[in-house]
Amino acid sequence: MGAAPASRDVTSYGMGLAVPLALFFLVFFVAPLLQLLWLSLHNDTAGLHWGIGQYLHFLTDPFSLSVLGSTLLLGAEVTAVCLVLGFPIAWLYQRVGPRLQTVIILIVLLPLLTSVVVRTFAWIVILGRQGIINATLQSLGMIDTPLKLLYTQFGVVIALAQVQMPLMTLPLITALGRIDPNLDDASCSLGAGSWRTFWRIVLPLSLPGVIAGCTLTYAAAITAFITQSLIGGGQMLFMPMYLYQQASTLQNWPFASAISIIFLLAVLAVVSVFTTLGRLSRGYGGA
Amino acid sequence: MADSPSGRSLVVDAVTHRYPSGALAVENINLDIKGGEIIALLGPSGCGKTTLLRIIAGFIAQTQGRIIIGDDIVDALPPNRRAVGIVFQNYALFPHLSISENVAYGLAARGIDKAERQREAQRLLDLVQLPSMGERLPRQLSGGQQQRVALARALAIKPSILLLDEPFAALDKNLRLDMQIEVKRLQRVSGITTLIVTHDQEEALSMADRVAVLSHGRLEQFGTPSDVYDRPQTLFVNTFVGSSNRMPGTVVSSDRTAAKVRLDAGAEIIARPAAGALADGGRVTVCIRPEHLQFVSDDTGFAGVVGMSLPLGATVVHEVKTADGSGVKVSQARIGETHALENGAAVRVAPLAPALANAFPATL
Ligand SMILES: Nc1ncnc2c1ncn2[C@@H]1O[C@H](COP(=O)(O)OP(=O)(O)OP(=O)(O)O)[C@@H](O)[C@H]1O
Ligand SMILES: [Mg+2]
Repeated sequence: MGAAPASRDVTSYGMGLAVPLALFFLVFFVAPLLQLLWLSLHNDTAGLHWGIGQYLHFLTDPFSLSVLGSTLLLGAEVTAVCLVLGFPIAWLYQRVGPRLQTVIILIVLLPLLTSVVVRTFAWIVILGRQGIINATLQSLGMIDTPLKLLYTQFGVVIALAQVQMPLMTLPLITALGRIDPNLDDASCSLGAGSWRTFWRIVLPLSLPGVIAGCTLTYAAAITAFITQSLIGGGQMLFMPMYLYQQASTLQNWPFASAISIIFLLAVLAVVSVFTTLGRLSRGYGGA
Repeated sequence: MADSPSGRSLVVDAVTHRYPSGALAVENINLDIKGGEIIALLGPSGCGKTTLLRIIAGFIAQTQGRIIIGDDIVDALPPNRRAVGIVFQNYALFPHLSISENVAYGLAARGIDKAERQREAQRLLDLVQLPSMGERLPRQLSGGQQQRVALARALAIKPSILLLDEPFAALDKNLRLDMQIEVKRLQRVSGITTLIVTHDQEEALSMADRVAVLSHGRLEQFGTPSDVYDRPQTLFVNTFVGSSNRMPGTVVSSDRTAAKVRLDAGAEIIARPAAGALADGGRVTVCIRPEHLQFVSDDTGFAGVVGMSLPLGATVVHEVKTADGSGVKVSQARIGETHALENGAAVRVAPLAPALANAFPATL
């Protein structure tokens, strides 16, 4: 490659390096996806008759639609909780000394260092009828009968939010770190109070991080099979579990495939809404 | 601008600041600045200029001392209530807001309505000669244009004090001169008390009514440019402001205004004692500027041998090795090639006139 002409596009040099990953994706991602698509286009479980019957079934079945709806809603709730709780942490991180920064990073990363199953069981202990919250409230005399926290939407949202928090906090910390600290001072010297500085300067400039964090959290929350199933219990059904039942328990592979494809498209739609929002909002993040 | 509180006085009263890390950044600084003055804070890197500026703006609470603007002690006021405009070294324009939104930012914070804001932003953009740039984003402007916007943004809030932290450091030489003239013009028009931080002595001398020279967090001298240049109070000021030859010598006789000093290089010269009369026989350091030395053909002055000659445009600087082994620089107006001196030529060097040199007690 030594004597490459000057006009050659510099980006073409590295392409060869991407081949192994591209092959990996082709074999283990694209191929199964195509197989899934192929399966979903059969009207019967034996796979003898072609057709879009599975899709029609899903889209006309109120139960299936309600599962999809509640899953997408769950993602939105978890994302909102993570954003509201994660932003102050990320903001704080940029304003404390190096020693506290290490502590904050450790706290943020800690969930990633323990298994999801362990963390989920911990939440069962916390939220259960005889769990920490109910026991504390009862001993304080604030409630007579235990609150129902486990197997509720609230419980699932809280547990998922804790599990997915790093996915929100880390992009936010990066985005806030890219903002020139002089901008804060400039805003302040121009007479703006902290709230105006936050809404007009800090928040808009951190939007790339907000978008990235929301996308990651959302995608992770709606596909979090273990936490959804264990905290939600039998009473709450979300798409991953629905899919699992159709495929494993009922052996209805074509319908399960159609569910996957529809779920995939729904997630893609939501993610592309996030990205479009980001682009529309003129977020530069110090690019 | 009759309603503007421009031109308020600024007093820095015995201000000392120690960072939490223990670094003593400024120590017992006293400045008494009249309304409408332009002051330059001059000093080498790390001498505490930015720290002092940030204390005045209110971003740092000083460890000791007071800041008084007009008749008010402002130490308890946060930056957004001090009416101090500040232009940052990297401009710190808001990258996601248009130029006119940047300029109008401070007005919005004051709750001024939109139409009025736009009118005022346009007036300021006209003032800094960027009338048609309002719709652009900061990154679509050149460095010099961003600088003007930063200035317009700071002026928009009609500050009573304007602080500029190394405002021209990032500009190339021609643009820098334009901006210096521009800032001085705007300052004269608005009458705002202005403090410019710089480590460029030419900038300080050309722009400021008075110059405060700092070194290691201490105020070395606070005076007019000619005070600082011609009557430096300390050896540091003499060597930092303008270039200077330092020649060791011994005092022959001295009163408060003139000292006769025998230079180690040979020759006796008359120098101004910078800090009062000097003791007879005491060791001193004499500072004399290259442009105050000349080559002479008689036997006055001291002998030397010409080393390197540097043509610097309008002048030529010759390096001359003296008898005691030290070197002095002699600056000569350039008049064609006639003054060219051979490397190794034996010459005699003498001051242009008596008392152009300054004598400081030698410190060991
Ligand atoms: N946040 C800080 N914490 C601790 N020490 C600091 C801090 N900021 C500056 N200092 C120290 O205080 C001294 C003065 O710094 P300052 O930034 O005021 O210098 P300066 O004159 O503006 O220098 P420059 O011309 O390089 O900008 C330096 O020794 C510096 O190391
Ligand atoms: Mg500085």
